[in-house]
Amino acid sequence: MISLKSKDIISILDFTKEEILYILDLSKRMEKEGSSDILKGKVLANLFFEPSTRTRLSFETAMKRLGGEVVGFDELGKTSTVKGESLRDSVKIIEGYCDIIVLRHFLEGASRLTADSVNIPVINAGDGASQHPTQTFVDLYTIKKVKGKLENLSIGFLGDLKYGRTAHSLAYAMANFNAEMYFISPPSLRIPKDYLEELESRNVSYHEVESINEVSSKLDILYCTRIQKERFADPVEYEKVRGIYKLSKSVMDELNVKDDLKILHPLPRVDEMDESLDATSYAVYFQQAHSGIPVRETLLATVLGAIQ
Amino acid sequence: MKKLEVSAIEEGTVIDQIASKSTFKVANILNIQDIDQVVLIGFNLSSKKLGRKGIIKIGGKLLTQEEVNKISLIAPDATVNIIKDSEVVKKFKVAIPDSIEEFLKCFNPNCVSNHQKIQSRFHVINKNPIRIRCHYCERHMGEDDIELV
Repeated sequence: MISLKSKDIISILDFTKEEILYILDLSKRMEKEGSSDILKGKVLANLFFEPSTRTRLSFETAMKRLGGEVVGFDELGKTSTVKGESLRDSVKIIEGYCDIIVLRHFLEGASRLTADSVNIPVINAGDGASQHPTQTFVDLYTIKKVKGKLENLSIGFLGDLKYGRTAHSLAYAMANFNAEMYFISPPSLRIPKDYLEELESRNVSYHEVESINEVSSKLDILYCTRIQKERFADPVEYEKVRGIYKLSKSVMDELNVKDDLKILHPLPRVDEMDESLDATSYAVYFQQAHSGIPVRETLLATVLGAIQ
Repeated sequence: MKKLEVSAIEEGTVIDQIASKSTFKVANILNIQDIDQVVLIGFNLSSKKLGRKGIIKIGGKLLTQEEVNKISLIAPDATVNIIKDSEVVKKFKVAIPDSIEEFLKCFNPNCVSNHQKIQSRFHVINKNPIRIRCHYCERHMGEDDIELV
Protein backbone atom coordinates (compact mmCIF):
# COMPACT_ATOMS: atom_id res chain seq x y z
CA MET A 1 0.00 0.00 0.00
CA ILE A 2 1.27 3.45 -0.92
CA SER A 3 1.85 5.85 1.96
CA LEU A 4 3.23 9.32 1.39
CA LYS A 5 2.99 10.48 5.00
CA SER A 6 6.02 12.63 5.91
CA LYS A 7 7.35 12.47 2.33
CA ASP A 8 9.05 15.59 1.01
CA ILE A 9 7.89 16.87 -2.36
CA ILE A 10 11.10 18.20 -3.87
CA SER A 11 11.48 16.77 -7.36
CA ILE A 12 9.13 14.82 -9.57
CA LEU A 13 12.01 12.35 -9.96
CA ASP A 14 11.39 11.28 -6.36
CA PHE A 15 7.98 9.86 -7.30
CA THR A 16 7.20 6.54 -8.93
CA LYS A 17 4.50 6.28 -11.55
CA GLU A 18 2.27 4.54 -9.00
CA GLU A 19 2.75 7.35 -6.49
CA ILE A 20 1.92 9.96 -9.13
CA LEU A 21 -1.28 8.16 -10.09
CA TYR A 22 -2.15 7.72 -6.42
CA ILE A 23 -1.89 11.49 -5.83
CA LEU A 24 -3.99 12.21 -8.93
CA ASP A 25 -6.69 9.80 -7.73
CA LEU A 26 -6.72 11.39 -4.29
CA SER A 27 -6.93 14.84 -5.93
CA LYS A 28 -9.96 13.76 -7.92
CA ARG A 29 -11.59 12.55 -4.72
CA MET A 30 -10.67 15.81 -2.97
CA GLU A 31 -12.22 17.88 -5.75
CA LYS A 32 -15.39 15.78 -5.75
CA GLU A 33 -15.90 15.57 -2.01
CA GLY A 34 -14.83 19.13 -1.23
CA SER A 35 -12.83 20.51 1.64
CA SER A 36 -13.18 19.67 5.31
CA ASP A 37 -11.34 20.44 8.54
CA ILE A 38 -8.85 17.58 8.30
CA LEU A 39 -5.84 19.87 8.87
CA LYS A 40 -7.32 21.74 11.84
CA GLY A 41 -4.56 22.55 14.31
CA LYS A 42 -1.79 22.23 11.69
CA VAL A 43 0.39 25.17 10.69
CA LEU A 44 1.92 25.69 7.26
CA ALA A 45 4.98 27.95 6.90
CA ASN A 46 4.92 29.55 3.45
CA LEU A 47 8.55 30.61 2.92
CA PHE A 48 8.76 32.58 -0.32
CA PHE A 49 12.26 33.93 -0.88
CA GLU A 50 11.20 34.83 -4.42
CA PRO A 51 7.99 36.57 -5.49
CA SER A 52 4.97 34.48 -6.37
CA THR A 53 1.28 35.17 -6.38
CA ARG A 54 -0.64 32.15 -7.52
CA THR A 55 1.50 29.41 -6.01
CA ARG A 56 1.68 31.14 -2.63
CA LEU A 57 -2.02 31.98 -2.59
CA SER A 58 -3.06 28.55 -3.76
CA PHE A 59 -1.10 26.88 -0.94
CA GLU A 60 -2.55 29.36 1.51
CA THR A 61 -6.07 28.76 0.23
CA ALA A 62 -5.59 24.99 0.21
CA MET A 63 -4.34 24.97 3.81
CA LYS A 64 -7.12 27.25 5.08
CA ARG A 65 -9.83 25.30 3.28
CA LEU A 66 -8.66 22.21 5.15
CA GLY A 67 -8.89 24.04 8.46
CA GLY A 68 -5.16 24.75 8.90
CA GLU A 69 -3.27 27.93 9.66
CA VAL A 70 -0.65 29.71 7.54
CA VAL A 71 2.37 31.77 8.57
CA GLY A 72 5.22 32.98 6.41
CA PHE A 73 6.71 35.71 4.25
CA ASP A 74 6.85 36.56 0.60
CA GLU A 75 9.93 38.74 0.28
CA LEU A 76 13.59 38.11 0.87
CA GLY A 77 13.88 41.54 2.50
CA LYS A 78 11.61 40.46 5.36
CA THR A 79 13.84 37.55 6.39
CA SER A 80 16.94 37.06 8.49
CA THR A 81 18.75 36.12 5.28
CA VAL A 82 19.50 39.81 4.82
CA LYS A 83 21.28 39.68 8.21
CA GLY A 84 23.46 36.88 6.89
CA GLU A 85 21.65 33.90 8.39
CA SER A 86 22.12 30.66 6.49
CA LEU A 87 19.13 28.95 4.91
CA ARG A 88 19.78 25.86 7.04
CA ASP A 89 19.62 27.89 10.27
CA SER A 90 16.51 29.74 9.14
CA VAL A 91 14.54 26.60 8.34
CA LYS A 92 15.72 24.74 11.44
CA ILE A 93 14.30 27.55 13.55
CA ILE A 94 11.07 27.81 11.57
CA GLU A 95 10.67 24.02 11.84
CA GLY A 96 9.82 24.56 15.50
CA TYR A 97 6.92 26.85 14.61
CA CYS A 98 5.04 24.74 12.10
CA ASP A 99 4.07 21.28 10.83
CA ILE A 100 5.02 21.66 7.18
CA ILE A 101 7.18 23.99 5.08
CA VAL A 102 6.41 25.22 1.57
CA LEU A 103 9.48 26.86 0.10
CA ARG A 104 10.17 28.92 -2.97
CA HIS A 105 13.73 30.06 -3.48
CA PHE A 106 15.85 31.63 -6.20
CA LEU A 107 18.67 29.11 -5.64
CA GLU A 108 18.41 25.70 -7.26
CA GLY A 109 18.48 22.89 -4.73
CA ALA A 110 17.34 25.11 -1.85
CA SER A 111 14.34 22.85 -1.23
CA ARG A 112 16.49 19.72 -1.10
CA LEU A 113 18.80 21.44 1.37
CA THR A 114 15.79 22.43 3.48
CA ALA A 115 14.38 18.89 3.39
CA ASP A 116 17.78 17.51 4.46
CA SER A 117 17.89 19.99 7.36
CA VAL A 118 14.49 19.54 9.01
CA ASN A 119 12.32 16.66 10.23
CA ILE A 120 8.96 17.95 9.01
CA PRO A 121 7.71 17.57 5.40
CA VAL A 122 9.00 20.12 2.88
CA ILE A 123 7.25 21.02 -0.34
CA ASN A 124 9.22 22.66 -3.15
CA ALA A 125 7.19 25.52 -4.61
CA GLY A 126 9.87 26.25 -7.22
CA ASP A 127 13.62 26.57 -6.86
CA GLY A 128 15.43 28.70 -9.42
CA ALA A 129 15.17 27.14 -12.88
CA SER A 130 15.15 23.64 -11.48
CA GLN A 131 11.92 21.95 -10.41
CA HIS A 132 8.34 22.87 -9.58
CA PRO A 133 6.79 19.53 -8.68
CA THR A 134 3.42 20.71 -7.31
CA GLN A 135 2.76 22.57 -10.56
CA THR A 136 3.54 19.30 -12.31
CA PHE A 137 0.91 17.47 -10.30
CA VAL A 138 -1.54 20.24 -11.27
CA ASP A 139 -0.51 19.88 -14.92
CA LEU A 140 -0.85 16.08 -14.85
CA TYR A 141 -4.21 16.33 -13.12
CA THR A 142 -5.43 18.73 -15.82
CA ILE A 143 -4.11 16.59 -18.67
CA LYS A 144 -5.76 13.48 -17.24
CA LYS A 145 -9.00 15.37 -16.78
CA VAL A 146 -9.18 16.87 -20.27
CA LYS A 147 -7.76 13.91 -22.21
CA GLY A 148 -9.12 11.11 -20.03
CA LYS A 149 -5.69 9.49 -19.85
CA LEU A 150 -1.99 10.15 -19.45
CA GLU A 151 -0.60 7.27 -21.51
CA ASN A 152 0.62 7.56 -25.11
CA LEU A 153 0.07 11.29 -25.62
CA SER A 154 2.05 13.60 -27.90
CA ILE A 155 3.01 16.69 -25.96
CA GLY A 156 4.67 19.86 -27.24
CA PHE A 157 6.59 22.13 -24.90
CA LEU A 158 6.73 25.68 -26.27
CA GLY A 159 8.79 28.71 -25.28
CA ASP A 160 11.45 28.99 -22.62
CA LEU A 161 12.64 25.44 -22.20
CA LYS A 162 16.01 26.48 -20.80
CA TYR A 163 14.80 28.19 -17.64
CA GLY A 164 11.20 26.95 -17.58
CA ARG A 165 11.15 24.73 -14.50
CA THR A 166 7.53 23.67 -15.02
CA ALA A 167 8.43 22.28 -18.44
CA HIS A 168 11.39 20.39 -16.97
CA SER A 169 9.29 18.81 -14.25
CA LEU A 170 6.42 17.94 -16.57
CA ALA A 171 8.75 16.33 -19.13
CA TYR A 172 10.19 14.10 -16.38
CA ALA A 173 6.70 13.19 -15.20
CA MET A 174 5.37 12.42 -18.69
CA ALA A 175 8.35 10.11 -19.21
CA ASN A 176 6.39 7.66 -17.04
CA PHE A 177 3.52 7.57 -19.51
CA ASN A 178 5.10 6.72 -22.84
CA ALA A 179 4.74 10.27 -24.14
CA GLU A 180 6.11 11.48 -27.47
CA MET A 181 7.73 14.83 -26.70
CA TYR A 182 8.33 17.85 -28.95
CA PHE A 183 10.51 20.64 -27.56
CA ILE A 184 9.76 23.84 -29.49
CA SER A 185 12.08 26.75 -28.68
CA PRO A 186 14.59 29.18 -30.16
CA PRO A 187 18.17 27.82 -30.08
CA SER A 188 19.09 30.05 -27.12
CA LEU A 189 16.28 28.62 -24.98
CA ARG A 190 16.62 24.93 -25.76
CA ILE A 191 16.00 22.43 -23.01
CA PRO A 192 19.30 21.73 -21.20
CA LYS A 193 21.21 18.61 -22.13
CA ASP A 194 20.78 17.14 -18.64
CA TYR A 195 17.06 16.82 -19.06
CA LEU A 196 17.41 15.18 -22.46
CA GLU A 197 19.92 12.71 -21.00
CA GLU A 198 17.46 11.78 -18.29
CA LEU A 199 14.73 11.29 -20.91
CA GLU A 200 17.06 9.20 -23.06
CA SER A 201 17.90 7.00 -20.09
CA ARG A 202 14.18 6.33 -19.80
CA ASN A 203 13.81 5.61 -23.54
CA VAL A 204 11.61 8.62 -24.21
CA SER A 205 11.11 9.57 -27.83
CA TYR A 206 11.66 13.32 -28.24
CA HIS A 207 12.24 15.91 -30.98
CA GLU A 208 13.70 19.41 -30.81
CA VAL A 209 12.36 21.99 -33.29
CA GLU A 210 12.24 25.77 -33.61
CA SER A 211 8.85 26.22 -35.24
CA ILE A 212 5.51 24.94 -34.03
CA ASN A 213 4.37 24.62 -37.66
CA GLU A 214 6.63 21.61 -38.09
CA VAL A 215 4.89 19.56 -35.42
CA SER A 216 1.50 21.13 -34.62
CA SER A 217 -0.53 18.40 -36.35
CA LYS A 218 0.95 15.72 -34.10
CA LEU A 219 0.13 17.27 -30.73
CA ASP A 220 -2.49 16.18 -28.21
CA ILE A 221 -1.21 18.67 -25.63
CA LEU A 222 0.63 21.96 -26.11
CA TYR A 223 2.35 23.17 -22.95
CA CYS A 224 3.18 26.88 -23.34
CA THR A 225 5.61 28.67 -21.10
CA ARG A 226 6.40 32.31 -20.56
CA ILE A 227 9.80 33.59 -21.58
CA GLN A 228 10.94 34.70 -18.14
CA LYS A 229 12.57 38.10 -18.23
CA GLU A 230 13.81 37.72 -14.66
CA ARG A 231 15.98 34.72 -15.57
CA PHE A 232 18.05 36.62 -18.17
CA ALA A 233 21.29 38.16 -16.96
CA ASP A 234 21.57 40.14 -20.21
CA PRO A 235 18.49 42.20 -21.21
CA VAL A 236 19.68 42.19 -24.83
CA GLU A 237 19.37 38.40 -24.89
CA TYR A 238 15.83 38.70 -23.54
CA GLU A 239 14.84 41.20 -26.21
CA LYS A 240 16.10 38.83 -28.92
CA VAL A 241 13.59 36.15 -27.95
CA ARG A 242 10.78 38.18 -26.43
CA GLY A 243 7.50 37.58 -28.22
CA ILE A 244 9.00 34.97 -30.53
CA TYR A 245 5.92 32.77 -30.13
CA LYS A 246 2.47 34.33 -30.13
CA LEU A 247 -0.53 32.06 -30.10
CA SER A 248 -3.93 33.55 -30.88
CA LYS A 249 -7.23 32.35 -32.28
CA SER A 250 -6.19 33.39 -35.78
CA VAL A 251 -2.82 31.64 -35.46
CA MET A 252 -4.60 28.48 -34.33
CA ASP A 253 -7.05 28.75 -37.25
CA GLU A 254 -4.11 28.70 -39.64
CA LEU A 255 -2.14 25.97 -37.91
CA ASN A 256 -2.82 22.37 -38.75
CA VAL A 257 -3.84 20.98 -35.35
CA LYS A 258 -5.99 18.18 -33.98
CA ASP A 259 -9.55 19.26 -33.07
CA ASP A 260 -9.09 17.97 -29.54
CA LEU A 261 -5.72 19.65 -28.94
CA LYS A 262 -5.56 21.20 -25.48
CA ILE A 263 -3.31 24.10 -24.54
CA LEU A 264 -1.92 24.38 -21.01
CA HIS A 265 0.10 27.19 -19.48
CA PRO A 266 1.30 27.48 -15.87
CA LEU A 267 0.55 31.24 -16.03
CA PRO A 268 1.22 34.12 -15.74
CA ARG A 269 1.34 34.81 -19.46
CA VAL A 270 2.88 37.83 -21.11
CA ASP A 271 2.45 37.95 -24.87
CA GLU A 272 2.82 34.29 -25.84
CA MET A 273 -0.94 33.67 -25.71
CA ASP A 274 -3.43 36.26 -26.88
CA GLU A 275 -6.72 36.63 -25.01
CA SER A 276 -8.55 35.67 -28.21
CA LEU A 277 -7.36 32.13 -27.50
CA ASP A 278 -9.26 31.98 -24.20
CA ALA A 279 -12.65 31.25 -25.70
CA THR A 280 -11.43 28.49 -28.02
CA SER A 281 -11.88 24.80 -27.24
CA TYR A 282 -8.10 24.46 -27.01
CA ALA A 283 -7.66 26.65 -23.92
CA VAL A 284 -7.70 24.82 -20.60
CA TYR A 285 -5.22 26.98 -18.69
CA PHE A 286 -7.75 28.61 -16.39
CA GLN A 287 -9.18 25.20 -15.56
CA GLN A 288 -5.56 24.15 -14.94
CA ALA A 289 -5.03 27.09 -12.55
CA HIS A 290 -8.20 26.22 -10.61
CA SER A 291 -7.04 22.63 -10.23
CA GLY A 292 -4.21 24.00 -8.15
CA ILE A 293 -6.45 24.06 -5.08
CA PRO A 294 -7.65 20.42 -4.90
CA VAL A 295 -4.21 19.15 -5.94
CA ARG A 296 -2.38 21.21 -3.32
CA GLU A 297 -5.01 20.34 -0.71
CA THR A 298 -4.30 16.71 -1.51
CA LEU A 299 -0.52 17.11 -1.32
CA LEU A 300 -0.71 18.90 2.05
CA ALA A 301 -3.17 16.41 3.52
CA THR A 302 -1.26 13.42 2.19
CA VAL A 303 2.18 14.28 3.51
CA LEU A 304 0.64 15.40 6.82
CA GLY A 305 -0.99 11.98 7.06
CA ALA A 306 -4.58 13.29 7.10
CA ILE A 307 -5.71 11.27 4.07
CA GLN A 308 -4.61 8.17 2.27
CA MET B 1 64.71 -6.93 -19.55
CA LYS B 2 62.28 -4.16 -20.40
CA LYS B 3 63.83 -0.73 -20.05
CA LEU B 4 61.80 1.56 -17.78
CA GLU B 5 60.95 4.94 -19.28
CA VAL B 6 60.50 6.32 -15.75
CA SER B 7 62.85 5.04 -13.09
CA ALA B 8 61.61 2.66 -10.41
CA ILE B 9 61.11 3.60 -6.76
CA GLU B 10 61.85 1.40 -3.76
CA GLU B 11 58.97 2.41 -1.48
CA GLY B 12 55.80 4.33 -2.27
CA THR B 13 53.04 4.46 -4.86
CA VAL B 14 52.97 4.27 -8.63
CA ILE B 15 49.91 5.59 -10.43
CA ASP B 16 49.87 4.13 -13.91
CA GLN B 17 47.52 4.16 -16.89
CA ILE B 18 46.63 7.82 -16.51
CA ALA B 19 45.28 9.32 -19.74
CA SER B 20 48.20 11.51 -20.79
CA LYS B 21 46.21 14.75 -20.83
CA SER B 22 45.17 14.14 -17.21
CA THR B 23 48.64 13.49 -15.82
CA PHE B 24 49.21 16.92 -14.33
CA LYS B 25 45.64 17.11 -13.01
CA VAL B 26 46.40 13.95 -11.04
CA ALA B 27 49.68 15.50 -9.89
CA ASN B 28 47.72 18.50 -8.65
CA ILE B 29 45.30 16.27 -6.73
CA LEU B 30 48.30 14.79 -4.91
CA ASN B 31 49.83 18.20 -4.14
CA ILE B 32 53.21 16.93 -5.30
CA GLN B 33 54.77 20.33 -4.75
CA ASP B 34 54.46 19.69 -1.01
CA ILE B 35 56.05 16.23 -1.10
CA ASP B 36 59.67 16.13 0.07
CA GLN B 37 60.49 12.68 -1.33
CA VAL B 38 61.21 11.52 -4.86
CA VAL B 39 58.45 12.21 -7.40
CA LEU B 40 58.83 10.98 -10.96
CA ILE B 41 56.38 11.98 -13.64
CA GLY B 42 56.21 10.67 -17.16
CA PHE B 43 53.67 11.51 -19.80
CA ASN B 44 53.09 10.90 -23.48
CA LEU B 45 54.44 7.40 -22.87
CA SER B 46 53.24 4.74 -25.26
CA SER B 47 50.38 2.57 -24.01
CA LYS B 48 48.60 -0.29 -25.75
CA LYS B 49 45.42 0.52 -23.85
CA LEU B 50 45.34 4.32 -23.92
CA GLY B 51 47.58 5.18 -26.88
CA ARG B 52 49.49 7.65 -24.74
CA LYS B 53 49.58 7.52 -21.00
CA GLY B 54 51.01 9.23 -17.98
CA ILE B 55 52.64 7.70 -14.92
CA ILE B 56 53.44 9.20 -11.53
CA LYS B 57 55.77 7.58 -9.01
CA ILE B 58 55.90 9.00 -5.51
CA GLY B 59 58.40 7.84 -2.94
CA GLY B 60 57.15 7.06 0.57
CA LYS B 61 53.51 7.91 0.00
CA LEU B 62 50.31 5.92 0.34
CA LEU B 63 47.19 7.43 -1.18
CA THR B 64 44.17 8.29 0.93
CA GLN B 65 40.73 7.02 -0.14
CA GLU B 66 39.74 10.59 -0.97
CA GLU B 67 42.76 10.94 -3.26
CA VAL B 68 41.87 7.66 -4.97
CA ASN B 69 38.27 8.84 -5.42
CA LYS B 70 39.43 12.12 -6.88
CA ILE B 71 41.80 10.38 -9.28
CA SER B 72 38.99 8.06 -10.42
CA LEU B 73 37.04 11.06 -11.69
CA ILE B 74 39.97 12.54 -13.63
CA ALA B 75 41.64 9.30 -14.74
CA PRO B 76 39.10 6.47 -14.58
CA ASP B 77 41.52 3.94 -16.14
CA ALA B 78 44.32 4.60 -13.65
CA THR B 79 45.88 1.78 -11.66
CA VAL B 80 47.53 2.20 -8.28
CA ASN B 81 50.57 0.09 -7.35
CA ILE B 82 51.89 0.00 -3.80
CA ILE B 83 55.65 -0.60 -3.79
CA LYS B 84 57.71 -2.06 -0.93
CA ASP B 85 61.34 -3.13 -1.25
CA SER B 86 61.08 -2.45 -5.00
CA GLU B 87 58.27 -5.01 -5.33
CA VAL B 88 54.61 -4.40 -6.16
CA VAL B 89 52.79 -5.61 -3.02
CA LYS B 90 49.32 -4.42 -3.98
CA LYS B 91 47.77 -3.32 -7.25
CA PHE B 92 44.27 -2.04 -7.88
CA LYS B 93 42.33 -0.05 -10.44
CA VAL B 94 40.72 3.13 -9.22
CA ALA B 95 36.94 2.86 -8.94
CA ILE B 96 34.45 5.68 -9.24
CA PRO B 97 32.34 5.75 -6.06
CA ASP B 98 28.52 5.71 -6.22
CA SER B 99 28.29 9.01 -4.44
CA ILE B 100 30.71 11.87 -3.93
CA GLU B 101 30.82 14.37 -1.12
CA GLU B 102 32.78 17.50 -0.49
CA PHE B 103 35.62 17.54 -3.00
CA LEU B 104 33.68 18.51 -6.13
CA LYS B 105 32.15 21.83 -7.01
CA CYS B 106 28.78 21.95 -8.77
CA PHE B 107 29.18 23.65 -12.14
CA ASN B 108 25.80 25.37 -11.82
CA PRO B 109 26.48 28.89 -10.50
CA ASN B 110 22.90 29.09 -9.22
CA CYS B 111 23.15 25.87 -7.20
CA VAL B 112 22.56 26.31 -3.50
CA SER B 113 25.77 24.41 -2.78
CA ASN B 114 27.74 27.31 -4.29
CA HIS B 115 26.05 29.90 -2.06
CA GLN B 116 25.65 28.27 1.35
CA LYS B 117 28.31 26.80 3.62
CA ILE B 118 27.41 23.18 2.94
CA GLN B 119 29.22 20.13 1.61
CA SER B 120 28.56 19.48 -2.04
CA ARG B 121 26.99 16.07 -2.77
CA PHE B 122 26.72 14.18 -6.03
CA HIS B 123 25.24 10.91 -7.22
CA VAL B 124 27.10 9.01 -9.93
CA ILE B 125 24.55 8.10 -12.60
CA ASN B 126 26.97 6.69 -15.17
CA LYS B 127 30.58 5.62 -14.77
CA ASN B 128 31.72 5.34 -18.37
CA PRO B 129 31.48 8.01 -19.63
CA ILE B 130 31.19 9.62 -16.26
CA ARG B 131 27.97 11.51 -15.53
CA ILE B 132 27.14 12.76 -12.08
CA ARG B 133 24.02 14.47 -10.73
CA CYS B 134 24.14 17.18 -8.11
CA HIS B 135 22.17 16.10 -5.04
CA TYR B 136 20.82 19.62 -4.65
CA CYS B 137 20.11 21.19 -8.06
CA GLU B 138 19.95 17.85 -9.97
CA ARG B 139 22.05 19.22 -12.85
CA HIS B 140 24.21 16.65 -14.61
CA MET B 141 27.97 17.03 -14.99
CA GLY B 142 30.30 15.22 -17.36
CA GLU B 143 34.09 14.87 -17.48
CA ASP B 144 34.58 18.39 -18.87
CA ASP B 145 32.43 19.98 -16.16
CA ILE B 146 34.19 18.37 -13.22
CA GLU B 147 36.01 20.85 -11.01
CA LEU B 148 37.78 19.48 -7.96
CA VAL B 149 38.12 21.61 -4.87
